[in-house]
Amino acid sequence: MVWVNDIIQGILLGGLYALFAAGLSLVFGVMRLVNLAHGDFGVMAAYISLVIVGSLNINPFYTLILVMIVMAIFGYLLQRGLLNYAMDAGPLQAILATFGIAIIIQNLLLEGFTANSKGLDAGVIENAFIRISDQVVIGWFPLLTIITSVIVLFGLQLFLGRTRMGRAFRATADNQRAAQLMGIDNRHLYGMAMAVALAIVAIGGVFIGIRTTFSPSAGPFRLIFAYEAVIIGGLGSLWGTLVGGIILGIAQVMGDHIQQGWGMLVGHLVFLAILAFRPQGLFAKQVQ
Amino acid sequence: MSLLELTDICSGYGHFQALFGINLRIEEGETHAVIGANGAGKSTLLRTICGLIPTDSDKVRFDGQSIGQLPPHKRVGLGISYVPEGRWVFPSLTVAENLMVGAHSRRTGLWTMDKVYELFPLLSRLRQRQAFSLSGGEQQALAIARGLMSNPRLLLLDEVSLGLAPVVVEKIYEAMPAIVESGTTVLLVEQDVGQAMKFADRITCMLEGRQVLEGSPGEISSEEIFAAYFGV
Amino acid sequence: MAAPLKVERYTRASRIALPLVAVVIIAAATVPAWGSSNIMKQGVTFLTLVALAQMWNLLAGYGGLVSVGQQAFIGIGAYTLWVFAEKFGINPFLCVPIAGVVAALFAFPTAGLAFRLRGGYFAVGTWVIAEVYRLLVTQISWLGGGSGVSINSAGAIERSTREAVVFWWALAVAVGSIALVYLVLRSRRGVALTAIRDDEIGARSLGVNITRSKLWVYVLAAFGTGATGAVIYLNLLRAQPEAAFSLQWSALMIFAVVIGGLGTIEGPIIGAIVFFALQQLLADYGTWYLILIGLIAALVVVFAQRGLWGAVYRRWPVDLFPVRRRLCLETVCFPEETPSPPTPAAPSSPAAVSPTSAAAPASPAAAPDAPSPPTAEPPEPES
Repeated sequence: MVWVNDIIQGILLGGLYALFAAGLSLVFGVMRLVNLAHGDFGVMAAYISLVIVGSLNINPFYTLILVMIVMAIFGYLLQRGLLNYAMDAGPLQAILATFGIAIIIQNLLLEGFTANSKGLDAGVIENAFIRISDQVVIGWFPLLTIITSVIVLFGLQLFLGRTRMGRAFRATADNQRAAQLMGIDNRHLYGMAMAVALAIVAIGGVFIGIRTTFSPSAGPFRLIFAYEAVIIGGLGSLWGTLVGGIILGIAQVMGDHIQQGWGMLVGHLVFLAILAFRPQGLFAKQVQ
Repeated sequence: MSLLELTDICSGYGHFQALFGINLRIEEGETHAVIGANGAGKSTLLRTICGLIPTDSDKVRFDGQSIGQLPPHKRVGLGISYVPEGRWVFPSLTVAENLMVGAHSRRTGLWTMDKVYELFPLLSRLRQRQAFSLSGGEQQALAIARGLMSNPRLLLLDEVSLGLAPVVVEKIYEAMPAIVESGTTVLLVEQDVGQAMKFADRITCMLEGRQVLEGSPGEISSEEIFAAYFGV
Repeated sequence: MAAPLKVERYTRASRIALPLVAVVIIAAATVPAWGSSNIMKQGVTFLTLVALAQMWNLLAGYGGLVSVGQQAFIGIGAYTLWVFAEKFGINPFLCVPIAGVVAALFAFPTAGLAFRLRGGYFAVGTWVIAEVYRLLVTQISWLGGGSGVSINSAGAIERSTREAVVFWWALAVAVGSIALVYLVLRSRRGVALTAIRDDEIGARSLGVNITRSKLWVYVLAAFGTGATGAVIYLNLLRAQPEAAFSLQWSALMIFAVVIGGLGTIEGPIIGAIVFFALQQLLADYGTWYLILIGLIAALVVVFAQRGLWGAVYRRWPVDLFPVRRRLCLETVCFPEETPSPPTPAAPSSPAAVSPTSAAAPASPAAAPDAPSPPTAEPPEPES
């Protein structure tokens, strides 16, 4: 029965990873850009929440909307101000530019907040749980996380499928020059894609900040997990990303169960196994 | 004032110049065909007009406005629509979604989804199909229909007959009169000289980046066309 | 009978530069005789940075493989040093080439996995694999676990001797890495690499085995990086997984190459100099120095893609390390001695359109030297 609990915890954790992965997946789908700073953006969001909580003394949940807006604006400006030009220069240059941004953000956060781990205190909900049985316990917060994750993915799917902007995203992902011929302004669109991605990762960042502690150097790990979730699930599939996140989550929880501290390693090994035996992922719909 | 004025167009790709001083005037409501062998520069010309290839601002004037430096998406807003060689339908989108994206620029006019389905009944049956699964002829119909959704004043058609069986090409051209009747100016590039002659008010023949013959189908003899086309 | 055509390698500038470089190397080798301990430590830091930058440049600038996981091989190099020196009792200084070989061996399975990915995903994949190595080392207590290991056998050697030998090894890897890249590029493999860099599909159609060429480059770079890792830890004497496998190594390599100029041999050297100089100047400012470097790197890579060396090259086109071949008839050569700077490689990704000029100069032996602007239209069937 203990394994059942592991699986459940893994699923709940997977929801969190999916929040990080969704933005990464969107940006890659629309712009073919792998943003090495993605994880750091999530951490940045957590720190912004921290600042707001510090000055207004409110529950971190209430900061969500504001943090999302700030991150979205930041994402739009960054894309139009620098990354569009990086992409013009070439895919290699774009990756390197995002790497530079990652280092800048990590060190700016280090300057501003020191290397000490911080946490977001959401109060009672952090520890509240539902007891299903002796061995199976579902925390309210992880449950909330995965529900949020599903809602976000659902919302993203609706956005992409039913709105003018969403269709423009998909058209641009298919063929960006043809999209221009339809009257779609690429540069603006890429800005919007980054804005949406960062708004989503902001949710992930704040939620992780509540669930566990964070520090300026936490970004790279978030990136790796997000990226593993995308690859396991398969490029181009939103729901595949959720499944990928869940598989990763389960692998990590079970890994820690086998031996404390082995969680990450087992997660990586599962990822590498998928890479070795089914490189296109489980639900691939897109070529890299 | 002509709807479209091209002056001394010398565009190309990177270091490769494809056009050498093209001058052209298209009047509103005209149907104009550009013919010529492969490599003559016909597509390059259309790409310059629609903005995929930028040029000096004044060299392309549309309705009096200098647009040479204007990016493609802005030219759509002005009323220029380019149906590319190779069609470029959005493969993962359905037929209906392709059409909806075509209307992205929100220009109003005669052409709506319903009108377009009337024009191409075969598309009407394929509304929910993903575009990659369509045949060549169906994709061409979709590409033209999509191009109409922005209610353009100037429709640029690039090699609509390419890779299609003659029967299919006939069907596509059957839709042309309705397009012309709606007031759209049509500039098309065509390898099929016969169709071009049947369809257009005026013809320009290009050879290796230069204009070698111009006139209306009634004026020009087939010997002249032959000579111009092949550079004899 | 017409005068014979010759294929020339050397440019006028290189005829002066190369002997000059030899003089500099010999001068550098004398540092242990007169330099202080501090100077030698700094020297090792600088020289190993040059070596790392050259290897990363070989991978990315010439091989088109953007790796953010080279720290895997630094760590492997460090731990190989420890294993062979401490556990097998081999003279620690002899372990440097062994570290290189072991790293090269690990490169094969690493590539086997990583090569299934392309472009940005390849980059992160290499990073994940580096993380796996780190975690494995942390978990295996025989390898010292999380608290790390000490290279005691080297520490036991008398200080001035140790410092001298480490310095010479650092000089050797720096010079060796430059020589390695230089020789690779002048070889047949090198021409194949350049061809792949310029147009992968075209190269494949000419019979170039893309995967084998890339694998070869990856293994070579791993060798160099591993050996350098061993030298670095001979200098530091203590290795911890957190530090030995740290992403910061990649940051160093990447920034040095980007700032100096991707895709040239001279570039990474210049970049290492600038990077090192900045590090010395701003050492007191801690994180601000990293922020500045990150900013410069991001801006350079976007707006001044050829880096510092590229900017210099544009004014005074000089090939200090000539790798291109020119066709010469008597004293007239083609291309002339003022070619344009090489285009950095596009990463191996189908999404990266390689814009080839439709009218490359028709020369049998010269590499296409017209840098195509990234926004040029790829030639589609023209009507």
